[in-house]
Amino acid sequence: MPAAATLGGRVRAWWAGELAPEPGRVVLGQRRVYIVPTRLGWLFGATLGILLVGSINYALQLGFALTFLLAGMGLAAMVHTTRNLARLAVSAGRAEPVFAGEAAQFRLYLENPSPHDRPAILVRHAASGAQVVVDLAARSAAEAVLGVPAPRRGWLPLTRVTLETRFPLGLFRAWSYVRPDARCLVYPRPEASALPDAAPAADAGALRPQSRGNEDFSGLRAYQLQDSPRHVAWKAAARSDELLTKQFAGTAGAELWLDLAAVPRALGLEARVSRLAGWILAAERQGLRYGLRLPGLKLAPDQGDAHRAACLQALALYESR
Amino acid sequence: MSAAHPLAPEHRPVSNRELGALLVSLGLVVAPHAMRMPWWLALLVVALYAWRVAVALRLTPAPSRWLVLGIALLSIAAVYLEYRALFGRTTGIVLLALFSGLKLMEMRTHRDAAVVAFLCYFLVMTNLLYTQSIPTALLMGVALVAVTSTLVGLAAPRRPLRSNVATAGLLLAHAAPAALILFLLFPRVAGPLWALPQDAYSGLTGLSDTMSPGNLSLLAQSDAIAFRAEFDGDPPPPRERYWRGPVLWDFDGRTWRMGPGWTEPFEAPSGGGRYDYTVTLEPHNRTWLFTLEQVARLPLRSRYTNDGMVVSTSPVRSRLRYDAASIARPAPEPRESAASLRRALELPPAGNPRARALAERWRAASRSAAEIVSRALEFFRDSRLAYTLEPPLLGRDTVDEFLFDTRAGFCEHFASSFVFLLRAAGVPARVVTGYQGGEVNYVDRIITVRQSDAHAWAEVYLPGRGWVRADPTAAAVPGRVDSGLARSVPDGDPVPLLLRPQLEWLRAWRSNWEAVVHRWNVWVLGYGVDRQRDLMSRIGMRDADWRKLTAAMATVLGAFTLLLLAWSLRRLARPDPVQRAWLAFCRKLAARGVVRAPHEGPRDFAARAARRLPGAAPRILAVGELYLGARYGREPAPARVAELRRRVRELEIA
Repeated sequence: MPAAATLGGRVRAWWAGELAPEPGRVVLGQRRVYIVPTRLGWLFGATLGILLVGSINYALQLGFALTFLLAGMGLAAMVHTTRNLARLAVSAGRAEPVFAGEAAQFRLYLENPSPHDRPAILVRHAASGAQVVVDLAARSAAEAVLGVPAPRRGWLPLTRVTLETRFPLGLFRAWSYVRPDARCLVYPRPEASALPDAAPAADAGALRPQSRGNEDFSGLRAYQLQDSPRHVAWKAAARSDELLTKQFAGTAGAELWLDLAAVPRALGLEARVSRLAGWILAAERQGLRYGLRLPGLKLAPDQGDAHRAACLQALALYESR
Repeated sequence: MSAAHPLAPEHRPVSNRELGALLVSLGLVVAPHAMRMPWWLALLVVALYAWRVAVALRLTPAPSRWLVLGIALLSIAAVYLEYRALFGRTTGIVLLALFSGLKLMEMRTHRDAAVVAFLCYFLVMTNLLYTQSIPTALLMGVALVAVTSTLVGLAAPRRPLRSNVATAGLLLAHAAPAALILFLLFPRVAGPLWALPQDAYSGLTGLSDTMSPGNLSLLAQSDAIAFRAEFDGDPPPPRERYWRGPVLWDFDGRTWRMGPGWTEPFEAPSGGGRYDYTVTLEPHNRTWLFTLEQVARLPLRSRYTNDGMVVSTSPVRSRLRYDAASIARPAPEPRESAASLRRALELPPAGNPRARALAERWRAASRSAAEIVSRALEFFRDSRLAYTLEPPLLGRDTVDEFLFDTRAGFCEHFASSFVFLLRAAGVPARVVTGYQGGEVNYVDRIITVRQSDAHAWAEVYLPGRGWVRADPTAAAVPGRVDSGLARSVPDGDPVPLLLRPQLEWLRAWRSNWEAVVHRWNVWVLGYGVDRQRDLMSRIGMRDADWRKLTAAMATVLGAFTLLLLAWSLRRLARPDPVQRAWLAFCRKLAARGVVRAPHEGPRDFAARAARRLPGAAPRILAVGELYLGARYGREPAPARVAELRRRVRELEIA
C-alpha cells in the first residue's frame, strides 16, 4: 500500500497495468479497449501492398477496386474487433472457498447488452494463465469460470483479468484489462494426521467425557488407528475378519478442543495450521463436537458445515503476531 | 503464460469444416484460371485438392514433406515443359494455382489456412489481368464473400456458417464506402512502374499493319468490340461511317503493307457535314486511332501522318477515350508529293497478267483518271463477284484468281484487286483499312463498332481533287455499307451469332446490356489519370496532383473511419427495444406528473400510476405486465415485444 501511494509506485502500477479493484459491474468503455494488428494483420497489409502495386502497374481499375475493398474491409475489421469488446459488462460472482493447493474457481459474468453476438472472447487471468474462451449471443450473458491456483491460505484476490478478441478476421487483436473486486477464501492445506487422543494431554486436544453416557451405543464403524482400544467391539470382531469400533450416540457426549498451542512450535506456523485444518476435517467426519482455540480467538465446540467453515476461515486468516 | 494462447492461429489445428470452406473459396478463384490452363494441368490442381480431402477424411495418410517437395519440383518441371518458360504472367499464375494445392497439403494450423485465404485474394487479382468485365466483377464479389467467410470461420470456429457469411457480408458492406473513397481519390499514374512481361498484351485483337487474303475475313468473324463512339447530336448514316485506320501502300503480289509514314503538321480541312464525337477505343496494342473520314480535329496526344492516319504517341494498351471531329464532305485538296504518287503506282514486276491486260484496255479507252476509276467501279458492279466470309484459298496470282476464277472474296480481296487494277491503269491508288458501319444502341445512342465491321477500301488520287475514296465492295455489294455484314453475305456463312437478323429480341437485350457495359468501361475501367482530374475539377479541386489527392484521401478516409466507429459504438450503447419502450413509457407518465422513484419496481410503479391516473389505469397496468413479462420472463417473444412497443406508443393519457 505505501508503495502505491507514492507517485513512482503509481506509475509503476500503471505501467504494469495494475488497476485498483473495481467493485460491481464493470462496463468496458471503448477508451479501455486497446487494439493492435496481429502478425496476420501485417501479412494482410503486405498482401494489400502487392495488390496495389500490381494494380498500378497493369492499370487495373478493377484491381484498384479489389485492393481498396480489401483495405476498407481491414478498416471495418478494426472497428468490428473493437466493438466485439467495447461495452461488454463484466461482474464477478462468488468464489467458493478452496483449500490451499487447489484451484480457486472464480466466476465472471459477461453481459452482452448489444444486438449482435460477440464470439470468441478470451478471458485470461494474467498472473496464472488460467483462461477460457466464451461466445456471447446477442443480448445475453455467459459465465466464465477461471480456475486460479491457490497456493497459500488466506484471501486470494482475483488480480488483473485480460479480455481479448481477434474476431472477425484475426487481423487485429483487441484487449482490455479488468480487475473485478473478487476474492476467494483459501483454507490451509489440511494435513492428514490422527486426531489427538484424549489421554496424553488432558486439556488440549483431549476427548473429555462430558457425561457418563459414554455407553450410549449407536453403531459400529471400521477401526481407525487412533481409536481407543476401549471402544473396539471385540465381540463383533470375533465374528468378522476386521476390527470394528463402537460409536456412541450423538457423540454429543464428546467434546474436542483443537488448540494451536497443542501442536509443536518447531513445525512452523503453516504446518501447525495445516495440522489443525486436518483435525477439523477429521473431527467433522467423525461427527465430533469440536472447538478451536487460537491465540486471541476461541470458537466454542460445535459441529456442522457452518461451524467447520467458521473454524477453517479462522485458520485461513490467522496471522501470528 | 505457459498455456498455449487459444486465440493464436498458430496453435489451432484446421478442422474439416474449415478445410471445406477453404476448398470452396479456392474453387471459386481458381476456376477461371483453370479454364485457361491446359486440361492436364487443371486436372493436376484438382487432384491435389482431392488428395487433401482424402487426407482429411483419413482415407490416406498425410504425405511427407519430401513427397510434397518432390511434387512441387515435378509441377515446376511440368509447367516448364508446357510453356517453355517459368517467368511470365500465365506461367506464374499456373504455378500459383499448383502451389495452392501443395500449400493445402502441408497446412496444419489456422495460420496456414489464413495464408491460403490471402493467396485466394491474390488469385482473384490475377484473374483481372485477363478480364475486367461485369461478370468478372460479380464473380469477384462472390469469391470475396466466400474467402472472407472462411477467415471469419477461422476466428470464430464455433459459430454457425450462416452467421459467418452474414458477418463477411457486413464487413464488405462497411468496406464499400471506404473503397469508393479510395477508388476515387487514390492518385492514378500513367504508365507501368516497370517493364511488363512480354506476354502482357498478347491476345489483343484488331487490325494489323498488313493485309493479305483471308486475314480480314477471319477478323470479321469476331464479335469483339473494336470501339464505341458517342456523337454530339445525330450520328452520320451508315454509308458514311467509314472509320479510317491503317493506310497500306506496298504490295508484293499477296500482302499489302504500310508505307514509311511520317508526321505532318495537321491542317483542318474545310467543308460541310461536321460531326463531333467521343471514341472509347478497346486496347489493340497498336498506335493508330480510328476517326471518321475526314478528321477535322485531332484527339489529344496524337499525331497526323502524311497519308492521313491519326496515330497515338504510344501503343493503345488500355481502353482509351478521345474526342475528335470529322467532316463528311471535305473541300478538294489536290496536294501530294511526287514521291508519294510514284509509290502509289508501284506494282510487283510480274504476275496477274489478266488483270494487267484489263487495266491496259481501260487506260487505252479512257481520257482521264476519273473515267478509269468509274470503269473499274462499273466492272466490280457488273462482274457478279460473291461476297463471302469464307473466301476460297488463292494461289500465286491472287488478283487474277479472285477476279476471273474463284470470283468470291471478302473486302480485302475487293480492295486489293481494285487498287491493283488502278495502279496497272496508271491511276495512283492505295488501300485503306478500318471499320465501316457500326450499330446504334437505341438505349444510349452510342455506336458500337465490332471487329465484324472490319473493312478495306481504296483511295485514288485524281488530279484537281486529291485523294478520293472509292469502295469496290460498296459497288459490288451495295448492301454491305447500308445494312452491314450480316445481310450481305449469303445464308449459311458463319456470321457471328449476334449479328444474325433472326435474333431481334436477343439484339434488343444486348443493346441494354451493352449500354451498361459501356458505362462500366467508361466510369469504372476507364477511370484513369484524365478522368480522375476531370472529376476532381468538377467537384472543385483544380489541378488535382497526387499531393492534393493523397491529402483529400487521408482526410475523407479518416473521417469515415471515425464515423463508422462512432456509429457502431453508439449502437452498442443503445438500450434494447424492451428497455427503450419502458423508458418511453416512464417519460410519458412523468409528463403527467407521475415520476418513477429510483427504488420503485415496475409493478409498484405501474400500480401507483394507475391509481393516480384512473382514466388510463387498465392501459398502464397492461404495459406494466407486458414489460415484466418481456424483461423477466423467459425468452421474450418478438410479438410480445412488438405489442409492448405498440401499446406504449399508443398510450394517450387524457
